[in-house]
Amino acid sequence: MSEVTITINGKQVSVPAGSTILEAAQKLNINIPTLCYCKELGCGVSNKPASCRICLVEATGIRGPRKILAPACATPISRDGMEVWTNSTRALNARRTVLELLLSDHPRHCLTCAKNQSCELQKLAAEFGIEEVEFEGEKNKMPVDNSSEAIMRDLSKCIMCRRCETVCNKVQTVGALTGYGRGFKAKVGTASMIPLADTSCTFCGQCVNVCPVGAITGISYVKKVWAALNDPTKTVIVQTAPAVRVAVGQEFGFEPGVPVTKKLVAGLRALGFDKVFDTNFSADLTIMEEGHEIVERVTSGKNLPILTSCCPGWINFIEHNFPDLLHIPSSCKSPQQMFGAIAKSYYAEKMGIKPEDLIVVSIMPCQAKKYEAARPEFAPNGVRDVDYVVTTRELVRMFHEAGINLANLGDEEYDSPLGQSTGAADIFGVTGGVLEAACRSVYYMINGKELEGDAINFRAVRGLDGVKEATVQVAPGKSINVAVCSGLGNARKVLEAVRKDPNRFQAIEIMACPGGCINGGGQPYLHGQTDLLEKRMKGLYTEDESKVKRCSHQNPDIQALYKEYLGEPGSEKAHHLLHTVYHQK
Amino acid sequence: MCCQKLSEGAAAKFAELDAFIDSLGIDCNDERRRGRLIQVLHRAQKIFGYLPREVQIHVAQKLFLSEAAVSGVVSFYNYFTTEPKGKYVVDVCLGTACYVKGSEKVLSEIERVLGVKADTNPTPDGLFSISALRCVGACGLAPVMMVNGKVYGKVTPAKAVEIINEYKKLG
Repeated sequence: MSEVTITINGKQVSVPAGSTILEAAQKLNINIPTLCYCKELGCGVSNKPASCRICLVEATGIRGPRKILAPACATPISRDGMEVWTNSTRALNARRTVLELLLSDHPRHCLTCAKNQSCELQKLAAEFGIEEVEFEGEKNKMPVDNSSEAIMRDLSKCIMCRRCETVCNKVQTVGALTGYGRGFKAKVGTASMIPLADTSCTFCGQCVNVCPVGAITGISYVKKVWAALNDPTKTVIVQTAPAVRVAVGQEFGFEPGVPVTKKLVAGLRALGFDKVFDTNFSADLTIMEEGHEIVERVTSGKNLPILTSCCPGWINFIEHNFPDLLHIPSSCKSPQQMFGAIAKSYYAEKMGIKPEDLIVVSIMPCQAKKYEAARPEFAPNGVRDVDYVVTTRELVRMFHEAGINLANLGDEEYDSPLGQSTGAADIFGVTGGVLEAACRSVYYMINGKELEGDAINFRAVRGLDGVKEATVQVAPGKSINVAVCSGLGNARKVLEAVRKDPNRFQAIEIMACPGGCINGGGQPYLHGQTDLLEKRMKGLYTEDESKVKRCSHQNPDIQALYKEYLGEPGSEKAHHLLHTVYHQK
Repeated sequence: MCCQKLSEGAAAKFAELDAFIDSLGIDCNDERRRGRLIQVLHRAQKIFGYLPREVQIHVAQKLFLSEAAVSGVVSFYNYFTTEPKGKYVVDVCLGTACYVKGSEKVLSEIERVLGVKADTNPTPDGLFSISALRCVGACGLAPVMMVNGKVYGKVTPAKAVEIINEYKKLG
C-alpha cells in the first residue's frame, strides 16, 4: 500500500494511505481523546461510528484547502499534504462543547454509579476539567432493565457510542441489540424494546465489557454474599474459576497476567468464606465425564462431532440459534454447575450439612454464569446448586470494601477435598484449553498409558486465533479432526460448516468470548489494552506447566470421589449429578 | 387487541407477504437482504395495515435477520407504524406553510372531537386515527388535511369537523 505524508501539529508523519488521522497521530505519540471509538471490540472488529465527535481535530486537505473540523477516528488520509492541528483553540473548544452536550443528557450520579472510577466519560470530564455544564436541557429518562439474572441496562446513561450494538451484532452475531428510534429519543435497545430476558441475548457480557459508561453493567449479588457470610447458620464455601487467578492481580499492582492463585485463596479466606475450593477441581471432573463421552462417541462413530459445553453463553447461543443441533453438545454440566452439584450432595453429606444450609458462591470471569446458576434444572428440590455468582470485577470491589489488599497477603492453599486440581484444569480459562485437557485424558482412556514428554502439549489448539483447526492423535494410528473457536460469530461459522458437513470434525470446543474466559464479561476491563489477553493466556499455561500432575485423570481427589461416591465416569449417579439436557429457546 | 385484529385473515396475509418475499429470491448468504428489508416492510404494512411484533419476527426469519435489526428499522422511520390505524386515517399537515396558516388549531379541534391524540391509538370504534405530518406539497392550499390520501385544502377547525362528520356518516 502506498504511503502518504501529512503534518500533525507541525510534525511530519508517513502512514499507509487510508489510515485515519487518529492512527497517524498515535504514530507520533500525540494523544487525541476518544469515546465511541474502540480499536478492538474482539475478533478484529472495531467501532468507529464517529458519533460522539470527542476526537474532533482541525485539518486542511479533507475538503480542499479550507480548515475544517473532522473526527480523527473516522477521517481517512488519502493524499499527501494534509495538515492537522489536534489542539488548536477551535478544536479544543469544539471538543469541550461536545463533552458538555454529552454531559447535559447524562445523569451525573457518578458517586453512586457502578462504573465510578472506571467510566470513560467521567475520565474525560476530569481530563477536560469540566467544573460546570453550561447546558441544562431535557434528559432522556428510561427505565432500568434488570429483567435478566445477569445483565442490567440503564439507558438513561447511554451515550449512543453503539459499541454494545457492534459487539453484539458484528462480533458475537447474537443480534439482541439495535439502534432504536431516531433523534433525541434514539437509544440502543432490544427488538420492540422488550426486556433483555425475553430476547436472544446469551448474556456473554461482551457489551458490559465495552460499554464506556455505566449504561450496561452486571447484576450484582454481592450484598447477598455479604449477608450469607455474616449468617452464622450458613456454611459458605467458594469456588474460583481458572481465568480469575490470572486477571485479579492487575487490580492490586501485580504484573498483569501473572497468576496470583495463592494470594486469591488467602484473600477469600480473609473475606470470611468457611472453605475456599476451586472450580479447577470440577474442571478435572468435567474432563473425566466429557472425556468418557468423547471416547464413547469417537470409538462408536455415532453422534459426532461432540461440542464442549462448559460455556453458558455458548450454550444459550446454540439453544437460541441452532435447535437442530442440540443433540451434539456434550451432556456434561459446566464445571461451575458440577462443583455446585457435588458440593450440595457429596460434600454436604460428608460434612453432615443440609444442602439448604450450605451456600455455594462462585467467583467467575463471566456474566452468563449468573444466568446459568439460576436455571431451574440446576435447583433440585428448589435448592440451587450454585447460590450466588460474583464476577472477578465484583470480587475486586469486595476486597477493596473489606480493606483487603492481595499484595499484602501471604500464600495460602485451597481447602480439601474440592480444592486440588491438575494443570489440565488451569487451561480451561483460555480458548483451546478444554479441548487440550480433554485430549490429554482421552489419550489415556483409549490407550491405558500416559502421554510422554512434550506430547502432553497440544500446541496446535493454542493461541488467541478465533478459529483453529487441527488433527490430533488420540491413539496410535487414530486421529481426529478438531476445531476450536472463540467468539460467537466464529461459533456461528463453525456450526454452519457442521450443518453442511457433519463429518468434517469429530470434536469442537466453543467459547462465547473472544479468547475464552480470560476475556470474559466479568473480567477486569481491558480499556483497549488487548495485550492483556496474551498475558493472561501465558499466565494460565505457566500455571499448567508448574504442576506435577497435568492430566485430569491423575487428580487423586477426583479418583477418590469416583471411588467413594460416583462409581465410574458415565455411571448412573454421575449422569444424575453431572449431566444435563438442552432446550430450544 | 392487535393480536385479535391480526387473526382476521392473518394466514392469507402472511401467505401474500411470503409470496412477495420469495419472489425476491434471497437466501441467508445474500448481502442484499438488509437492503431489501425496507421494501419488504413497505409491502408488509400495505398488507397488514401496520407492523405488529409478530409481523416483524416473521419478516426477520424470512430475511435471515435478527428481530432487533428489523425492529430498529421500523422504529427509525415515521412511515412505519406498529399500532393498527383506523379505517380513516386523518393526516394534518404541520409543515411551515400550514402551521402559520393555523393547522395546529385544526389538529387540536380534530383531536378534541375524536377524543384521541395524533400518532397514538385509533378511536375506540376503530374508525379514525390521526397523524401529524410535515408538508404534503400542497402549500398553496394551506392549511391542508387528508383523509385516506384525499386532500382537503384551506380547512378551518369548523370545516375539519364537517369533513370528519361526513366520514362518520359513511361508517
